[in-house]
Amino acid sequence: MYNAGKVIIFIVVLILFFTIPMWLNLGRVEAIPKPELPKDKAKCIESKEYMRAYHMKLLDDWRKQAIRENKHVYVAKDGEKYFISLQKTCMKCHNNKEKFCDSCHNFVVTHQDCWSCHIAPEVAEKWQ
Amino acid sequence: MAIKRRDLLKLGGLTLIGTAASAAVGGVYTKPQEALKGSRWALAIDVVKCKENRATCGLKCVEVCHSLHNVPSIPDKKKEIKWIWEEKFEHAFPEHEANHYLNEKLHDTPFLLLCNHCDNPPCVRVCPTKATFKREDGIVMMDYHRCIGCRFCMAACPYGARSFNWIDPRPFIAKVNPEYPSRMKGVVEKCTLCYERIAEGKIPACVEACPAKAIVFGDLRNPNDEINKILKERLAVRRKEELTTYPSVFYLIG
Ligand code: SF4
Ligand code: SF4
Repeated sequence: MYNAGKVIIFIVVLILFFTIPMWLNLGRVEAIPKPELPKDKAKCIESKEYMRAYHMKLLDDWRKQAIRENKHVYVAKDGEKYFISLQKTCMKCHNNKEKFCDSCHNFVVTHQDCWSCHIAPEVAEKWQ
Repeated sequence: MAIKRRDLLKLGGLTLIGTAASAAVGGVYTKPQEALKGSRWALAIDVVKCKENRATCGLKCVEVCHSLHNVPSIPDKKKEIKWIWEEKFEHAFPEHEANHYLNEKLHDTPFLLLCNHCDNPPCVRVCPTKATFKREDGIVMMDYHRCIGCRFCMAACPYGARSFNWIDPRPFIAKVNPEYPSRMKGVVEKCTLCYERIAEGKIPACVEACPAKAIVFGDLRNPNDEINKILKERLAVRRKEELTTYPSVFYLIG
């Protein structure tokens, strides 16, 4: 390889440059989001792992089933029944969108547009 | 040992099925036990009763509907949003304009207008995204998540039953119902016949709110339903029958 020294140095510089966010946050544990979970509830409608991986799919299915198919009840894997409603079901336990939804969503910079129509509990409270 | 192309493809297929299956294992969906069951929901509005009580009722049906569904009160007429509203006979039935006798007789009678949940809804036919569609129980639904605000439906609806959100409606909602969403700038909204209440076994809010019991809710396809008896006994008209949209809202005029 010609100019091996220069090329390798440049590659290292590039790698360092592209990993800047990692170096800047190195050792900063507080950057990892800790969504506030409802205190008096042992479990969500499905397992923690399922909710973590598929909550967006679940919510979209809820919309389709309730609005488009007129099926307003979700029977969870453990047989428990839930009335399909973001505001009347989900947010009754997760009663603070900022502390629950936003803590992760801001971290991963994925901004949902649920809240341009659905009303978060803390927003409703301030409204009155 | 070299892996054969055929085996590789089979493995790939299996992985795909596995991924799809692991993503699909959620719960199942059903209808609530308490939900009202019908195959063509309709309203019969008794304008005679409505007229008798109009002076004292305070237009409860409109007030309750709009506050329950977070419908904003926008003073600018060009931007206003309405799900149910009051009109004069000559505006609700302009086709009778030349009939002075009828106009004179019904001039003082209030007519409550709302989406007719037409059996043959032109709004549904034109919506390019299927944001508005007909449910199997006759309700013409809105899936606001899908509405792109093209307003084709507003052009198609012969009854002016749809309103477009020209501005953010939230500042115009004085008292919010925390159990129901609002809408956002850029979508079309209208009455959805309280589908969310029907799912909980309750009749539409306007029907419940009317102190004179002037609005009757029922299933046209159920011969034993009270609404069919009323429609047989009384003189009932629908708006713009000649357009063959077959409205589900009847006005009892005699
Ligand atoms: S009244 Fe208008 S909005 Fe309602 S179903 Fe008929 S065409 Fe559609
Ligand atoms: S404005 Fe929305 S509901 Fe109306 S036709 Fe367009 S996409 Fe459909």
